[in-house]
Amino acid sequence: MSGGVVEHFTYIVTVFLMVAGLYIVMARGNLIKKLVGLSVFQTSVYLLYVAPGKLIGGTAPILAPQYTVYSNPLPHVLILTAIVVGVATLALGLALTVRIKETYGTIEEDEITAADNAVQDAEDAHS
Amino acid sequence: MSLAAHLPALQVVLPLLSAPLAVLLRHGGFAFVIVTAGAWAAFAAAIGLWLQVGESGTISYHIGSWAPPWGIEYRVDRLASFVLLLVSGTAAVVLPYSRASIEREIPRNLHYLYYAMFGLCLAGLLGITITGDAFNVFVFLEISSLSTYVMIALGRDRRALAASYRYLIMGTIGATFFVIGVGFLYLMTGTLNLVDMAERLRSVESSRPVLAALAFITVGISLKLALFPLHQWLPNAYTYAPSAVTAFLAATATKVSVYVLIRFWYSVFGETLIFERLPLPEILFVLSLAAMFIASFTAIFQDNLKRLFAYSSVCQTGYITLGMSFDSVNGLTAAILHLFNHGITKAAIFLLIGGMVFVLAKNNAGLPAPTFDRLAGLAKRMPLTCFGIVIAGLSLIGVPGTAGFVSKWYLILAAMEKGQFWIVGAILLNSLLAVAYVWRFVEVAYFKPAPEGSEKREAPLSMLIPAWILVIATLWFGLDTSITAGTATEAAQQLVKVGR
Repeated sequence: MSGGVVEHFTYIVTVFLMVAGLYIVMARGNLIKKLVGLSVFQTSVYLLYVAPGKLIGGTAPILAPQYTVYSNPLPHVLILTAIVVGVATLALGLALTVRIKETYGTIEEDEITAADNAVQDAEDAHS
Repeated sequence: MSLAAHLPALQVVLPLLSAPLAVLLRHGGFAFVIVTAGAWAAFAAAIGLWLQVGESGTISYHIGSWAPPWGIEYRVDRLASFVLLLVSGTAAVVLPYSRASIEREIPRNLHYLYYAMFGLCLAGLLGITITGDAFNVFVFLEISSLSTYVMIALGRDRRALAASYRYLIMGTIGATFFVIGVGFLYLMTGTLNLVDMAERLRSVESSRPVLAALAFITVGISLKLALFPLHQWLPNAYTYAPSAVTAFLAATATKVSVYVLIRFWYSVFGETLIFERLPLPEILFVLSLAAMFIASFTAIFQDNLKRLFAYSSVCQTGYITLGMSFDSVNGLTAAILHLFNHGITKAAIFLLIGGMVFVLAKNNAGLPAPTFDRLAGLAKRMPLTCFGIVIAGLSLIGVPGTAGFVSKWYLILAAMEKGQFWIVGAILLNSLLAVAYVWRFVEVAYFKPAPEGSEKREAPLSMLIPAWILVIATLWFGLDTSITAGTATEAAQQLVKVGR
C-alpha cells in the first residue's frame, strides 16, 4: 500500500488539489475566494496532464544515439494553452468582480442574492 | 489547391480574424461592417461545406498539411455541416439586427468591443463544431465561453454582472471537467485525434479511466448545454444579457454543446459502451423528462417574457436529449432536427422580444424589462412583432406546419418504435404546457386593453426583417423538410453506423 502511495504520489496531489479547489468554489461565498478555488481546480488539471508525460531522467525527444529515454512534450504544449485559458478566465472573473463591487457595493454572494431578491420583490409589487 | 478545398479553415479563420480587426479599429460602425462580413463569409463557407459533404461525403482537412493523427484535423461530416449551417446562419441574421438593438442596450463607446466578442464567440462555436481534435474542442469551447461571459456582462441591468459571474464559474467548471476527461482519454490512448481515439478505445474499452473520462466529459458538457438540473446559470444569463446576445446564445451555444455530447458519445466512446453497458440512456431519459416538465411549469409562472422563454429553452433542450436517450436512428434524427428547429425558433422569439425592449426603451427612461404588465395590448401597438412571436410560439408548441412539429413528429415516431406509448402521452402533455405559457403572452398582448395614449410604433426595419427571416424559416422548415429532416436523417444514420 505504501508503495502505491509513492508510485501514485502525483495523482494523489492532483486529486487533492482538484477536490480542494472545487470545494472552495462551492463552499465560499466571497467572489474572490471562489476564483481562487477555481484557479486551484484548474491548476490541478495542469498537473494531471504534465506529470504522466514526464519520465525521470528523460530528455526532450532528440534523435541522437546518447539519448534513449524521452519525455513526452505534447502534454506540456497542451498545458501551455490551458494555462493561457486559465489566466484569461481568472482575469475576466476578477474584472467582473470589480464591476460587481462597483454596482452592488459588495462581493459576498448572499448579499448580492439578497439585493437581487429585493429588486425582484419590488418589481413584483409593481406588477 | 483551390479556394473550395480550404473552406474548412476559412470557416473558422474568417470570423476569428474579424474580432482583432474590430478591436484595432475602435469604431462601432467599422467593427460592425468587419464582423458582419466575417459572419456572412462564414455562412457562405458553411453552405459550401454543406454542399460538398452532400456530394462527396465526409471532408477531412489537415491544418498545415500535417496528416492526422499527428496534425490537427478539421473534420466535416453530415452532422457537423448541419450545425455549422445553424451557427453561422444565426450569426449572419443576428449581426445586422444588433446594429439598432445595441444602440439602446449597450453604451456607444463599447460597441466595437461587442462586435469583437461576437466575432470571437462565433469563431469559437464554429471551431468546436468543425475540429476533429479533442484538445482543440476545449480551446474553442473556452474561446466561445469567455466571449459569451463578456457579452452577457454587457447587459444594462446590474444583475447581468452577477449572472455572467455565475455562468463563468459554472462554465469553467464544466470546461475543466471536459478537459479532465480528455486528459484521461489521452493517457489511455496516446492520441487526441477523435477518429484515431475511437479506434484505439476499442481495445481498452470500459477500463476504469475510460469510464472516468466518459463521466467527466458527460457531466462537463451537460453543464454547458444546461441539462436539467445543471441549468441554473441559464435563466438569469438569458434574461439580463442584451437581446441580440440572448438570441444568438439561445440558438447556438447550448446547441453546439449538444453537438459535442453527440460527437463524443457516438463517434468516440461508441454506442456499445454508452447504450448497452451503462445505464446512461435511462439517466438521460429521466433528466430529459424532468427538464421538460419542471422547466415548463416554471416558465408558466414567469412575469418577465425573456425569463419565460429562457425556461422554455431548458424544456426544449430536454426534448433534444430525450431523442438522444432513445438510442435509435429516429431518436437521434429527432434530436438533431430539434437542435436546428428549436435554434431558429428561439432565436426568432428573442429577436422579436428585443424589438419590444427597443420600443419600450423609447417611451421610458432606462431599459425596462419586458414584463407582462408593460405588454398589455401590445398587439395593437406592435402587430408584426406580436404576430411573429405567436407563429414562433406555435412552433414551440409543435403545431403542424411549423418547424417544431417536424422534430416532435420524429420524436414521437422514435417513442412508438420503442413501444412506450406513455412517452407519446408525456410529449403531448408537455406541448399543452407550452400552449399555457405561449397563451399567457397572447392573452396579455391581444386581449388586454392598451394603456391610454399609446401609439402604434414598430421596431425599426433593420430589427424586424432579421427576426421575420427566422420566423419565415420556422414556417418554411415546417413545410419543406427535405433540407432539415433529410440532413438530420443522414447524419443520424452516419453516426449510428460508425458507432456500431
